[in-house]
Amino acid sequence: MATTLADDLRPLHHPHSWVTRYVWSQDHKVIAIQYSCTAIGIGLVALVLSALMRLQLGFPGAFPAIQPDNYLQFVSMHGMIMVVYLLTALLLGGFGNYLIPLMIGARDMVFPFVNMLSYWFYLLSVIVLVAGFFVPGGPTGAGWTLYPPQAISEGTPGHQWGIVTMLVSLAIFVAAFTMGGLNYVTTVLQARTKGMTLMRMPLSVWGIFTASVMGLLAFPALFVAAIMMLFDHLAGTSFFMPTMQSMGAITPTEGGSPLLFQHLFWFFGHPEVYIVALPAFGIVSDLISVHARRNIFGYRMMVWAIVIIGALSFLVWAHHMYVSGMNPYFGFFFATSTLIIAIPTAIKVYNWLLTLWRGDIHLRVPMLFAIAFIFTFIHGGLSGLFLGNVSVDVPLSDTFFVVAHFHMVMGVSPVLVIFGAIYHWYPKIFGRMWNDTLGKVHFWITFLGVYAIFLPMHYLGILGVPRRYYALGETAFIPQSVHLANAWISVAALIVFCAQGLFFFNMIWSLFRGPRADPNPWGAASLEWQTPDTPPAHGNWGAKLPVVYRWAYDYSVPGAARDFIPQTEPRTELGA
Amino acid sequence: MAQAPSDREIIGPTLREIAADWSADQEVFRHTHWGKAMMWIFLLSDTFIFSCFLTGYMTMRSSAVLPWPDTAKVFALDIGGHEIPLVLIAIMTFALISSSGTMAMAVNFGYQRDRRKTTMLMLLTALFGLTFLGMQAFEWTKLIFEEGVRPWYNPMGAPQFGASFFMITGFHGLHVTCGVLLLLIIASKVARGHYDRTGDYSAVEIAGLYWHFVDLVWVFIFAFFYLW
Repeated sequence: MATTLADDLRPLHHPHSWVTRYVWSQDHKVIAIQYSCTAIGIGLVALVLSALMRLQLGFPGAFPAIQPDNYLQFVSMHGMIMVVYLLTALLLGGFGNYLIPLMIGARDMVFPFVNMLSYWFYLLSVIVLVAGFFVPGGPTGAGWTLYPPQAISEGTPGHQWGIVTMLVSLAIFVAAFTMGGLNYVTTVLQARTKGMTLMRMPLSVWGIFTASVMGLLAFPALFVAAIMMLFDHLAGTSFFMPTMQSMGAITPTEGGSPLLFQHLFWFFGHPEVYIVALPAFGIVSDLISVHARRNIFGYRMMVWAIVIIGALSFLVWAHHMYVSGMNPYFGFFFATSTLIIAIPTAIKVYNWLLTLWRGDIHLRVPMLFAIAFIFTFIHGGLSGLFLGNVSVDVPLSDTFFVVAHFHMVMGVSPVLVIFGAIYHWYPKIFGRMWNDTLGKVHFWITFLGVYAIFLPMHYLGILGVPRRYYALGETAFIPQSVHLANAWISVAALIVFCAQGLFFFNMIWSLFRGPRADPNPWGAASLEWQTPDTPPAHGNWGAKLPVVYRWAYDYSVPGAARDFIPQTEPRTELGA
Repeated sequence: MAQAPSDREIIGPTLREIAADWSADQEVFRHTHWGKAMMWIFLLSDTFIFSCFLTGYMTMRSSAVLPWPDTAKVFALDIGGHEIPLVLIAIMTFALISSSGTMAMAVNFGYQRDRRKTTMLMLLTALFGLTFLGMQAFEWTKLIFEEGVRPWYNPMGAPQFGASFFMITGFHGLHVTCGVLLLLIIASKVARGHYDRTGDYSAVEIAGLYWHFVDLVWVFIFAFFYLW
């Protein structure tokens, strides 16, 4: 039935007014832009929070407005916003929505109405999250991992209502993601155009697809953990709450298991790393291939590596819990499975490098970000090998080494890919080109800046500087160089913070003043650049769906007229 | 008489067909309604939710400091002077499993375009669902008002007993409630001839998938919570 519908425009929801076209829209492209703007908006809040944290850490005491409670709240909200509400929402809700139908040759997602609901639920979850800033006691300060019993015990900032808004917001987010994720997965499986086999899909789609499947299986654990903690907090149950001495009194709770929460949280939390990373892997593969004018090296290996990483990531969660007091034998198993993930990941890194090898590299802004991603990702991956080993992790856990590691590998790396991807697809989305010079300035400040920020953090971590501390004060084991390094990191962070203004200025300026974009400015072979209109019209493909004859990576084919062959070009013309 | 095909003769072509489907263009699951594919994927996700609830419950049960109440005694009913363990739960389970049977028949008659029988069977399924919910309400009332069990307190031992009981059966009951609503909506559309006009009775089957899933989950809750 899907086949007969594919060329038929009837099942599409046709907007009749400005409101149905741009507000209550069921068009995947509009929903993608709504998702992206909301995600970037809430991401800016997280960015400001990080700047405030750096002000406190770099110049302790200079800003009396930042109290210890505030600092903990900034840490928690920054972490949760970045991981869930920015990265997951932007990569899957934003890029997933925009790219999947266009890259596989569909007119829209399979259930546009559910897709629309997904966005409005997401917006609701963001509103509930932000409401946390305005409830009595402020947002939660329990750290982004929200470990009980401290998250809901007296003494933790935001234990009154902040934790409630956070948990409710997460539960709504899971509902929103489920509606979106079902659409992404079903669309990829059932709504591809003629000739588009799974093994002809661009790696971006593979990454987003695998991440969506993982999200559908990992977010349930977060949902359950959030529900149970809400019960603990609001109904006084003892799921996670043991008997404790709190504020000089014995708590009425009895026999709960705080470790259970950690298991549930990280059963979500570790796949979440790859839910963010896999779309980034896929997108960066496409950026590298297009701008190096070479087919991606080892396409099949790349696909299988994505799938295998996705599967393995469900078997490694407790490597976040080496110091939690769980059974020590678990450490052996989880360290082994963690190190095994390094194999498919290394395959991907080698294949990116081999794609660049003897390529016709154009150092345009998207490509710069893609190459920068390889640097930061290798860097963060290598420090991950340290932390994956139990004996090395134990002294390093809860230090700045951990902060440096996960910021490199799942903070900076996906964000660089997102920048690259926005620079890359903007001409298709809005039909305008960016200012190249401004883009390059933005790139160099950001790229060098993140190294200035996060390299010294490794040093702090090895010295044993603990994370999540409001101020270090005069502590015997902490040398003067730590305070100097902290000040340096803060200055670098503030420069990078300000440099993002260039990005936003460029984005908004180009929307109105940028030169009109060619339908295919980079000479890309994949389907989304072959649409009849730029930006693509409602229904994407005009009267007839495109037919696909080849994979998405026919670049610099010997004997071909141009240095790329679009997926829609029939095979017979090759070498004629 | 022809020889029955051997296992190898069946498995080989089946595997080849699966490989062919996954390497084909357009659709992985051939001629499958988009909604049906999505419902299957949703149920997979929902399976993980219930698995997390049940694993969480089992973890808490094995680490609880106070003794766990004997479910056979707690959920026994006094009938005619005899205490019969789990009798209400047995009837609830029977009602729910019967409803799966009527649902399957409804799907069958749906594909035969028998509007009247499909409607009646779906309504019957919904009625079984409501019976289940009614008995669950009775069970909750008895537990709360006669036994004094609360989510935060349990006079018979571990407080986690009450907490996980209300959470898990409540979440399942919510699923049944949604299922009953879904069945009623689809049944009314069947009755009004909506699917005769579109020529597609898939919605009945999709609702059926969800309903069977809710039953299956109950079997696991029954086994892990009541029988353990």
